[in-house]
Amino acid sequence: MRIELQKRANTSMLFSLLSPLLALALTLIAGAIMFGLLGKSPLNSLYIYFVEPLLDVWSLHELAIKAAPLILIAVGLSVCFRSNNWNIGAEGQFTIGAITGSILPVLNPEWHSPLILPLMLVMGMIGGALYAGIPALLKTRFNTNEILTSLMLVYIAQLFLDWLVRGPWRDPQGYNFPQTKSFQPEAVLPEILDSGRAHLGIVFALIAAVALWFMMRFMLKGFQVSVLGQSERAGRFAGFSARRMVWFSMLLSGSLAGLAGISEVSGSIGHVQPVISPGYGFTAIIVAFLGRLNPLGIIASGFVLALTYLGGEAAQLSLGISDKVSRVFQGLILFFVLSCDTLIHYRIRLIVNPSAAQEGKS
Amino acid sequence: MTSSEGVEASPLLSVRGLTKLFGSFAACDAIDLDIGHGEIHALLGENGAGKSTLVKMLFGVLQPSSGTVSLEGKPVVIPSPGEARRLGIGMVFQHFSLFEALTVAENIALSLDPRTPLAKIAEETATISKAYGLPLDPSAHVADLSVGERQRIEIVRALLQNPKLIILDEPTSVLTPQEAERLFETLMRLKAEGRSVLYISHRLEEVQRICDRATVLRHGKVTGACDPKHETPASLARMMVGTEVAEVKRDSANTLGDILLQVNKVSVASRTPFAVALKDISLKVRAGEVLAIAGIAGNGQSELFDAISGEYPIADNDGIVLRGKPVGRLRINGRRLLGAGFVPEERHGHAAVSALSLSDNLLLARSRSDKKAFLAGGPLAIVKRDAILSAARRICSMMDVRKSGEDPAAGSLSGGNLQKFIVGRELDRQPSVLVVNQPTWGVDAGAASRIRQALVDLAKAGSAVIVISQDLDEIFEIATTIAVISDGRLSDPYPAGELTLEQIGLLMGGIHDSHSGEKSSGGDQTGMETAHAH
Repeated sequence: MRIELQKRANTSMLFSLLSPLLALALTLIAGAIMFGLLGKSPLNSLYIYFVEPLLDVWSLHELAIKAAPLILIAVGLSVCFRSNNWNIGAEGQFTIGAITGSILPVLNPEWHSPLILPLMLVMGMIGGALYAGIPALLKTRFNTNEILTSLMLVYIAQLFLDWLVRGPWRDPQGYNFPQTKSFQPEAVLPEILDSGRAHLGIVFALIAAVALWFMMRFMLKGFQVSVLGQSERAGRFAGFSARRMVWFSMLLSGSLAGLAGISEVSGSIGHVQPVISPGYGFTAIIVAFLGRLNPLGIIASGFVLALTYLGGEAAQLSLGISDKVSRVFQGLILFFVLSCDTLIHYRIRLIVNPSAAQEGKS
Repeated sequence: MTSSEGVEASPLLSVRGLTKLFGSFAACDAIDLDIGHGEIHALLGENGAGKSTLVKMLFGVLQPSSGTVSLEGKPVVIPSPGEARRLGIGMVFQHFSLFEALTVAENIALSLDPRTPLAKIAEETATISKAYGLPLDPSAHVADLSVGERQRIEIVRALLQNPKLIILDEPTSVLTPQEAERLFETLMRLKAEGRSVLYISHRLEEVQRICDRATVLRHGKVTGACDPKHETPASLARMMVGTEVAEVKRDSANTLGDILLQVNKVSVASRTPFAVALKDISLKVRAGEVLAIAGIAGNGQSELFDAISGEYPIADNDGIVLRGKPVGRLRINGRRLLGAGFVPEERHGHAAVSALSLSDNLLLARSRSDKKAFLAGGPLAIVKRDAILSAARRICSMMDVRKSGEDPAAGSLSGGNLQKFIVGRELDRQPSVLVVNQPTWGVDAGAASRIRQALVDLAKAGSAVIVISQDLDEIFEIATTIAVISDGRLSDPYPAGELTLEQIGLLMGGIHDSHSGEKSSGGDQTGMETAHAH
């Protein structure tokens, strides 16, 4: 007896559209079971986790702060994944973008010019792009696997940041805390509304999402991405260069991750410290897939995943559960999204094979 | 068991009402088939007629939805190929399943009981291959063998199981006429021993020559059972296609104009270990000329196509001259802008992306050459959906592409209709040079004749056409000039009227008048000697 996945003759349009919602529902059910096993009231816990954060203005601002880097990174990754380039190292590009973007305020704390902020953002994007350029170079020159190289570069970036803020960039007046001086006011990303902390990062994210949606939907570039992603050979026949696409997609996603990094440091934190991200670069992979690799879908899924972070904090405070529970929820979402997608395209068949016994005999 | 045993009395294999449904589509619909002892039975039909589905059910690869199979009068269920072999059914697939890095004996061992020692297998292989006139060296690596030799491995592998019925799926599609001749001798020997053969083919002449009876399939149904020796190729074709196939019309003499494409002594090293290197290739095509390049698959056809199309540009810029301009280092879109059009062999994933719509696949080939018509917004390069949709509609009606819906995915079209679209996509530009690799491979007869007519008409209108093809009938139908490619070398061109089938066969085997293709013919000989030495 064996279990087989059999391709369905025709896939249901309805279920393809419903799949992300179905996955979310299943995640909630699994989450309720988990809370129950932890000895908490499932419904109350889910309420605290997923509903309460949406009820006051302060936490809506927090939601936007957390959704901004997720959306920014994920729309870049969606172009990468669509073109069949698997950039798993957005977390590293985020970190390097934060570092290169912070060079100006950290080294010139007395420079009070309106120019400083735009320069910081541009340098952050360049830093992230250059760091994503390393796996692109390795892939185009030596045919290495970008999944491995980009992932390994994450740890290098994180350790480099750690060394910087404990060493050369440490604030001399900081009581030996491993962090830089706070940025001068001109180097801080402004808030959009007076009611809370949400800064321009979310605006960048929405602009990037709409721009990339336009590119994928209407421009020849988007067409090249999907052709090369589905068949490199057909892309070559069309005269599109797969090598150039590696560079384009990696540099694009790297620069958006870098922009997310400097926006986070400049807008939400205000200085550089050893840990600047709760794993945005990795969570953005889930965001990208939950949004079906469609930039507009990613806006929605970005807010959903941001809620898991916020809920994790709430759960820690009100329920006394470790904030690791937010990781559990993120894993559950990805698991259910992928399995829903699989079951839309395939059906499960149990094959009972009467000749299996004889097969062994021969 | 002798061949004189009454076929009607106790058929070896008897199939009744065999049906295979894929969803609601009946690939095989209530098939009845009888194969007698010692009979060579032909299974005829166009691509997509259900031949492969039927034999996969007989070999246990697929399970029938309904119907029965009886072997020597007893009903049997064939759940797996292993069971089929035990019941005495052997199969030689069209696409070989061999590991190139392993030796002949090791490949054969893979399909046998794992406890049989390799030495014994090698010995049996040598004995059987000698007995049936299938020279094979058991210790040779598969990668070094010709296609004909690889097929022999598959046949020997089937024979080692001592089968009563051997199924051969399009065995001669990969062989030279001479190699095919040898295969027929082997089949006759099998028949004389009382074994039966189910022979799948769409080559009517060979079916008439060697087969005792024929069953014809169309759209998954049996449309005729006959003695092929009493039929004509035309009457068999009618049974297969259902209607008369239009014959390609061409005027006897095209007026030849200037040389439009010229290849000068181009050599290209192989890109991968299993690719073929091109050696010193020269050719010329004039306006109004159809140059056909014959050859067995895997002798450098796709490498030659890649070099001429510019998908892989060559180092020597003067090596390829298109309409008077050296273009060796120019990429494919540069060559398209000079008026060339290209149709690669593989439809899915090369000429077209299956998941994309027809209009997207139109843009795929013409995003650069038709930039003005299809793109707007300057550097933004915004795709003009409406212009492309109407161009796709124009192509579909010009080539009679049958499709479901307004702009379906390329993958949902049948092979013939997609190929008509892909050829039409180039013809619509009226290219002055068109290079086509295997224009009608796996395409039904109606679409094939339509495509061939379009190629002939294009040449008549003053374009130069290169057709790379394995199908000799096609070549004789449309070519004005014929050259043969073998092991990466191209023969001198001959006017179509001056070459006989036998001469082409010799050239395909690598025996050139200018330089002898030592590799494939020499390989055969060593294979024979070693086999005999065992």
